[in-house]
Amino acid sequence: MKRLLVAGVVLAASLAGSGPIWADPVDDTLEIDGVPIVTRTAAPEGHPFDELYSGWLFREKETRDLSRDSFENPGMIAVEDGEAMWNTVEGTAGKSCASCHGDAAESMKGVGASFPKWDADSGRPINVELQINKCRTEQMGAEALPFNKGGQQELTAYIKHQSLGMPVKLDLTEGEMQSWWERGKDVYYTRTGQLNLACASCHEVAMGKMIRADHLSQGQVNGFPTYRLKSGLTSLHQRFRGCIRDTRAVQPDAFSDDLMALETYVTWRGTGLSVETPSVRQ
Amino acid sequence: MTRRMHFTLGAIAAMTLSTAAFASEVAPDAVEFGDEGVMTSLTGVAGDPVAGAETFKSRKLGNCLACHANADMSGELFHGDVGPSLDGVADRWEEPMLRAIVANSKQIFTEATIMPGFYSLEVGKHLREDLEGQTILTAQQVEDVVAYLGTLKE
Ligand code: HEC
Ligand code: HEC
Ligand code: HEC
Repeated sequence: MKRLLVAGVVLAASLAGSGPIWADPVDDTLEIDGVPIVTRTAAPEGHPFDELYSGWLFREKETRDLSRDSFENPGMIAVEDGEAMWNTVEGTAGKSCASCHGDAAESMKGVGASFPKWDADSGRPINVELQINKCRTEQMGAEALPFNKGGQQELTAYIKHQSLGMPVKLDLTEGEMQSWWERGKDVYYTRTGQLNLACASCHEVAMGKMIRADHLSQGQVNGFPTYRLKSGLTSLHQRFRGCIRDTRAVQPDAFSDDLMALETYVTWRGTGLSVETPSVRQ
Repeated sequence: MTRRMHFTLGAIAAMTLSTAAFASEVAPDAVEFGDEGVMTSLTGVAGDPVAGAETFKSRKLGNCLACHANADMSGELFHGDVGPSLDGVADRWEEPMLRAIVANSKQIFTEATIMPGFYSLEVGKHLREDLEGQTILTAQQVEDVVAYLGTLKE
């Protein structure tokens, strides 16, 4: 029955000339500069899906191809900007990130694949953006970077890119990570706004369907910050806020408790997928 | 305040004049859902299928194409498939049921449906403040869309 409906839609759409319609993620494999990328994997225990799919599998061929090759990937410019920041001295201590952490290719390898982590000092989960701010304020005598400003996205992309191809894996046994995970799960299933939709309405129930011109993915975070062809480098909390805004709800602040909980939970939902940063999206 | 005035004037007009054109609007929380749907018009003013087609298409109003394919609108790019195709929908449902589905699909399908209630105040959490007490479509826009859906026969 369901299949019949879908077939009907495909037919209607092809008659209507409204372009390609897929029902499922494509059958394709990804290698970035020779590094194999896991874009589908078995879900961890307790997950609503059996198989996890990277958002890459839901994009059109031209967009997928841009992710394959670092020279083609427009997001790599941001990674280079991030590298320059890594080596730039800032703040009263006269230090750069490199002064303490050396070569990021070694010191940051794998690090971005396991954020958010528990931060005992603040008593809440910390993500890469907030860790950058922690080091800036506590180690460098520099100002914290405001959301999406001052190179925050670029430096985050640079750090995450050092984990390219490594599996996303969180440690939920640290501190109170488990209760933040629970809270994030609540946020994920809460319907918001005038349109009365939850993350799950689109990314779980309607996964694989077309919503206007968008092919709905599982809403995975393994490619963030992503490079969006229509709007450039996009941080994760910017994406969260955009999806929530589209339900016609108040947008929570970046790095607020709700969004840190959501980042923890949604990152877990992608356990085992490879880090793809900076992945290209439409 | 203006809303209440509108309502009172409308009600008086409906009582004193026999023409249905002045009947008062049914408030979103007063819509009666029966087994066969919503039997009475929300406004008493016949829906306009041409205006309904515009509301249906508009991304700011119905945005129905986000989730439904509709061969009658083959000129529009990108039809979604989150919900079923609406081709021939008037062969499947009578007007009262179409009105009920558009006004508040949760009353007809399940609580879990992804289709928004277009004339309902049962909304999600953290509603944008400027939308407090507002429905997605006005009562007349719902009637117009229902009239348009009534033309979708195969
Ligand atoms: C003065 C030395 C110093 C400087 C300069 C410094 N850090 Fe750190 N960084 C640390 C220390 C110490 C830790 C571990 C304790 C903590 O979490 O604060 C750390 C931890 C980190 C971590 C987490 C590593 C992990 O394995 O979880 C990241 C990421 C990081 N720093 C990035 C940066 C970036 C980006 C900069 C430049 C903006 C920077 N750091 C500047 C000392 C420094
Ligand atoms: C009305 C439907 C809708 C809702 C509700 C929604 N999203 Fe999305 N989201 C989209 C669309 C459309 C895209 C772009 C296509 C895609 O990747 O699914 C997207 C993309 C994303 C992406 C980027 C995926 C990638 O591979 O780059 C993430 C992450 C995401 N959403 C998370 C969320 C979260 C978390 C929520 C709940 C707070 C949410 N979304 C609610 C429609 C929605
Ligand atoms: C966010 C997605 C979404 C939007 C937007 C949406 N619908 Fe739906 N609609 C659905 C789904 C899904 C169903 C199927 C019922 C279900 O599974 O809950 C449905 C079912 C229907 C049906 C019953 C179809 C049948 O053949 O049984 C009608 C009629 C309908 N919608 C009309 C509309 C109209 C008119 C609009 C715009 C004013 C609209 N929908 C907007 C998702 C949507």
